[in-house]
Amino acid sequence: MLSRTADNLYWIARYMERADIAARLLEVGSRITLLPSAHGYRSEWDSLLQSSGTADGFARKYGNPVQRNLESWLFFDRDNPSSVASCITAARENGRIVRTALTSQVWDALNTAFQELRQLERTPRSELELSRLTDWVMRHTAMVRGAIDATLLRNDGYNFLNIGYYLERGDNTARLLDVKYYVLLPSLEFVGSGLDNYQWTTLLRAMGAQRAFHWAYGGDVTAAKIAHFLILNPQNPRALITCVAGMTNHLGRLAKAYGRTTTAQSKAAIMLSELETTSTDAIFDEGLHEFLTRFIGESIELGTLMHECYLSGDVR
Amino acid sequence: MADYFNEMYHSGAVRTPYARLEDWMKTMPAEFRQMKQAEAEALFRRIGITFAVYGEGGDPDRLIPFDMFPRVFTGAEWARLERGIKQRARALNAFLVDVYGRGEIVKAGRIPANLVYQNEAYEKAVVGFVPPKGVYSHIVGIDLVRTGPDDFFVLEDNCRTPSGVSYMLENREIMMRMFPELFRANRIQPVDSYSDRLRRTLASVAPAKCKGDPCIVILTPGHFNSAYYEHSFLADLMGVELVEGQDLFVEGEYVWMRTTEGPKRVDVIYRRIDDAFIDPLCFRPDSMLGVPGLMDVYRSGGVSICSAPGAGVADDKAVYTYVPEMVRFYLGEEPILQNVPTWQCAKADDLKYVLERLPELVVKEVHGSGGYGMLVGPKSTREQIEAFRAKIEKDPDNYIAQPTLALSTTPTFVAEGIAPRHVDLRPYCLVGEQIDLVPGGLTRVALTEGSLVVNSSQGGGVKDTWVLAE
Repeated sequence: MLSRTADNLYWIARYMERADIAARLLEVGSRITLLPSAHGYRSEWDSLLQSSGTADGFARKYGNPVQRNLESWLFFDRDNPSSVASCITAARENGRIVRTALTSQVWDALNTAFQELRQLERTPRSELELSRLTDWVMRHTAMVRGAIDATLLRNDGYNFLNIGYYLERGDNTARLLDVKYYVLLPSLEFVGSGLDNYQWTTLLRAMGAQRAFHWAYGGDVTAAKIAHFLILNPQNPRALITCVAGMTNHLGRLAKAYGRTTTAQSKAAIMLSELETTSTDAIFDEGLHEFLTRFIGESIELGTLMHECYLSGDVR
Repeated sequence: MADYFNEMYHSGAVRTPYARLEDWMKTMPAEFRQMKQAEAEALFRRIGITFAVYGEGGDPDRLIPFDMFPRVFTGAEWARLERGIKQRARALNAFLVDVYGRGEIVKAGRIPANLVYQNEAYEKAVVGFVPPKGVYSHIVGIDLVRTGPDDFFVLEDNCRTPSGVSYMLENREIMMRMFPELFRANRIQPVDSYSDRLRRTLASVAPAKCKGDPCIVILTPGHFNSAYYEHSFLADLMGVELVEGQDLFVEGEYVWMRTTEGPKRVDVIYRRIDDAFIDPLCFRPDSMLGVPGLMDVYRSGGVSICSAPGAGVADDKAVYTYVPEMVRFYLGEEPILQNVPTWQCAKADDLKYVLERLPELVVKEVHGSGGYGMLVGPKSTREQIEAFRAKIEKDPDNYIAQPTLALSTTPTFVAEGIAPRHVDLRPYCLVGEQIDLVPGGLTRVALTEGSLVVNSSQGGGVKDTWVLAE
């Protein structure tokens, strides 16, 4: 497969996953504003902006986090490279470039999302409810994902798509978790206290995993349970371990198909083995923030290795 | 001039190829037609067939208007066209091999030397090189117009990279999907073997150094190009990689593409970029689209390029005048398809004639294409004509003129119902080890009442083109 084609597939996946996350952030953010809170809503929006990695850009363009501006920023704004509109447009453009590597169903799903987005952009904002927008995004990201799973040939392109999805998702789970920890818990004594349960629940909701969590653990929400759920529980589709295992699996398939392994496989294997052998106690001993920072760094490193070993076109 | 040949109604009767369409047309309720038209548009948009128009800005995802009323040829009409098209494609290729070789036709005084050797499209870099199987132009698009039951004229030849074949294929797909009953009632020859035939043609001109199955690629300028959809469509149908210049590199005696498994050798490049851009070392040094060193590999037989660099000299509008001569000179046959009489403004007598009769002529730039920079005398205002006169007087060598042809019409769906509109035809002739033509082509239609300009860049539309089985 052409390196450029592989690169485009990988980025289609990353953009679609990123659009999904932007929509989830929006939904959670707006929900919080409906609830009374000692923190007020402002700090919530701040933390959400930080987890999306676009807080600086927002501050430069809009200043104060007024909800309407936040909606524009996270959904429609082309100046925000991580907005829903930017991500869906980029994914569709990448799809257009590699049409030959996609089935017509996958292209159709990407193109339909883009065409409908253009209609949404022409619709007066007063007619667009936020919940409709976020539902719309999740429906389309799911349709693309579903078309990939149902129709795409299980070849190397399929592996590159999946690696993109897992890498983006793991990175985002880690960032969301880190923001909650870092911004909202200035001192460690708060961990496990009833005070921040509400914040943690918000986090679960952002991942669409609130109910799943209760099914899996029951009882009170504690920091240790949440950390376990989001980092170490392989049943949780957004857990770090699930994402790393997914990457390892698809990297393994690539190695088999190509008859050679690269440093990307070794890196993913090391990351997986660490997650498989560690515990929440060990993570809290290291410091959750420190652990997450390290994980995010390793994800970035894996992304760089993907580029060097497969996507750059300089493969020998 | 007001009397145009209507391909459906002639001398007060319905012509045979259209016989079964009359009922279909007359009994179709207006609402049904609008529904079908909307359905067709939705299909085109979903598939992603769009056409960006240069210089217009605006919507990059613009659709070419699709007219549902098919254009029909009988088997007998087509048989004659096919012979004429293949004859012309053979002559054009023979001409190219000749002018990059011994130049017999020039020596024989059948075409002026300066017209060939001073031509901008004459590629000195390939002089003396004979491409595999002696083929320069592997896909020849010959634009035809019709003025009467048996009168066809060649408007121009396209020997480089004629586009539009994806519309021929998709128009058919969409018609079969929307009106299956028409295909049951009429015996329509299929066109969907085009991609297989194209692949076979390209494989047949693999370089001698290639052993085994040749690796074929399509080279595109990239996804911002107006014909990008077509490039990816053809790559997909043939099951070959669609590459950009950045995906290829030269090392040793070969061209390689960058893959996730390392370099892979490429044997045949169907390029959809112009000569000037294919190799910055040989042609335009500022080209980002091409592959440095490609021409060296090409000339040493390491890779085939389709169409071959230099093919453009055969489709120059001034050289066009001499194509009937080429048929006689190389094939010893009389041309089956006629040329449109053409005046070359470079010649003093012709220039005088043209300037005297501007209001009745069509004037084109020698190197122009896409319907840009042309004057249709009878459809132009006095001011437009005078402005064009000044351009011709300033640079006469750059213009040719032709009589305004009475282009045939076919029934076309318009806002008010059904009305005749002018059409042309572009068939795509494949030239490799063998010469091949699918029964069909792209019919372009001028949707504006009275307009004779069918180019999609000028608001023209497209139709499905049927050739009936005998």
